[in-house]
Amino acid sequence: MSTTMNDRQDQISATPGMHARSAEAIKEPRISIRGLDFYYGSNHALKNINLDFPECQVTGMIGPSGCGKSTLLRCLNRMYDLYPGQRATGEAMMDGVNIIDPSVDVNALRARIGMVFQKPTPFPMTIYENIAFGVKLHERLSKSQMDERVEWSLTRAALWVEVKDRLNSSAMGLSGGQQQRLCIARTIAVRPQVILLDEPTSALDPISTLKVEELIDELKHDFTIAIVTHNMQQAARCADQVAFFYLGEMVEVAPAAQMFTAPKQQRTQEYITGRFG
Amino acid sequence: MSATLSADGVPSAPRNEAVARALGRRRSRTNLVVKALCLLATAIGLLLLASILATLLWRGLGGLSITVFTTSTKPPGSNGGLLNAIVGTLIQTAIGTAVGTPIGLMVGTYLAEYSVGSRISGAVRFVSDVLLSAPSILIGLFLYEILVQPVGGFSAIAGGLALAVIVIPIVVRTTEDMLRLIPATLREAAIGLGAPKWKMITLICYRAAMDGIVTGVLLAVARVAGETAPLLFTSFGNLNWSVSLTQPMASLPVTIYQYAGSAFEDWVQLAWVAALLITVGVLAINITARSLLRGRK
Repeated sequence: MSTTMNDRQDQISATPGMHARSAEAIKEPRISIRGLDFYYGSNHALKNINLDFPECQVTGMIGPSGCGKSTLLRCLNRMYDLYPGQRATGEAMMDGVNIIDPSVDVNALRARIGMVFQKPTPFPMTIYENIAFGVKLHERLSKSQMDERVEWSLTRAALWVEVKDRLNSSAMGLSGGQQQRLCIARTIAVRPQVILLDEPTSALDPISTLKVEELIDELKHDFTIAIVTHNMQQAARCADQVAFFYLGEMVEVAPAAQMFTAPKQQRTQEYITGRFG
Repeated sequence: MSATLSADGVPSAPRNEAVARALGRRRSRTNLVVKALCLLATAIGLLLLASILATLLWRGLGGLSITVFTTSTKPPGSNGGLLNAIVGTLIQTAIGTAVGTPIGLMVGTYLAEYSVGSRISGAVRFVSDVLLSAPSILIGLFLYEILVQPVGGFSAIAGGLALAVIVIPIVVRTTEDMLRLIPATLREAAIGLGAPKWKMITLICYRAAMDGIVTGVLLAVARVAGETAPLLFTSFGNLNWSVSLTQPMASLPVTIYQYAGSAFEDWVQLAWVAALLITVGVLAINITARSLLRGRK
């Protein structure tokens, strides 16, 4: 455990260093996490996390199951508020506000930080209503404005062509891949600044996965994206920077190219080469 | 243990083919006996049910005529019908459902969504389950004590409320069960879009659990439509036409109770018709509920 402190030193000093290494690649942080701890009851699940999510870039989070990467996502939109006994301490700064702070309006926060889940979660209603549901929570739109928003979000999610003739049929009738893109459309329809993707393709076939990955590439022009994935190739394909988590700690964060070719930490090296995890 | 193994680790007792065959024969004999007993029990159950239905049809269909639906119960020998009892059952069942469903729905929602793991939810669930299996005559007596006696008379509203007390625990149970079946991911998806909890429940969870909740209500309706005991002390029964909620009101089960034991042949005949009508009605509701539940999968 004595190496842990050194690792943390590395992480903290690595962040400004990265700007120097690839000043164009890594932009200003949209969300900046400092000293974040998370507890499931008495289980210390995240330990002193320091991580920046650069604006309009994709941050990939990798690590073995149970390492805390999904937990970190669920901190950012305060999903853990739903469950008694789960709590976070520390800082996650976004526009000068600590979003971990209990006084933050979580409903407004979730409009700014959207989330897409591992399994597609279409609501039991029509395709149109699925999109309109989230929008109506935060905005008052006329029918034509709403039509426009539905078309815009479905187009951005690369689903419009496939569903434009059956907007009023049930979303449950879509294929798994289409359902997942609908969930992405539903999330961006609220026009968030950040999108959290929790293993968004692990329940999809390779072709649907490809479509979602292309979509992520496209969406990062307008949104800051954090993606949790078990698929190393996916992290390499999609992410601009990659963070490796192990046993509740963030071991290393680096630009994707560097992470997969020249990781600094022994544990990262062992994980990405498949020696454990 | 090691004593039974030979040096190379194989059990020392050799496999005896004769013993194996004997054991196999005994197994298949036992299997045959158990299978026969199960079939016999099933046959007895089905036969009883079929004979009840056959008797109902046999005795009921004979008395079925248009006057049953167009005239109220009358004194013996004057060609009466069941109109007041049919309408009475519909009104009281409607009151019971209309009062019991919203309460049951809200309690079920509280148990499934708001009080997870709290001590009070355990108590509420226990009381509701006790109520579910409480003898229905006690519920009639309860309403008699709190409503009929203070007011000083039997009334349809008391009958309807007694039925509501029976509806509540059924709806509580099915609502809670159906809401619990909804995956956490669906709730999180709604919350993740920034929906407050009450909107998640009313707009997403209710919709996802709709078929199951409706099924529960239908089963409750089917249950109370045939209840006699809670009505004996509350709406009492009425030989004349009455739709006043503050007056005693007739109902099919109470009419069966009064007519089936009477000495008049036409009254006994009408009791069979009433029994047939209830059975067909309840059967129809049950089939609807089942098909709804099946459509869910």
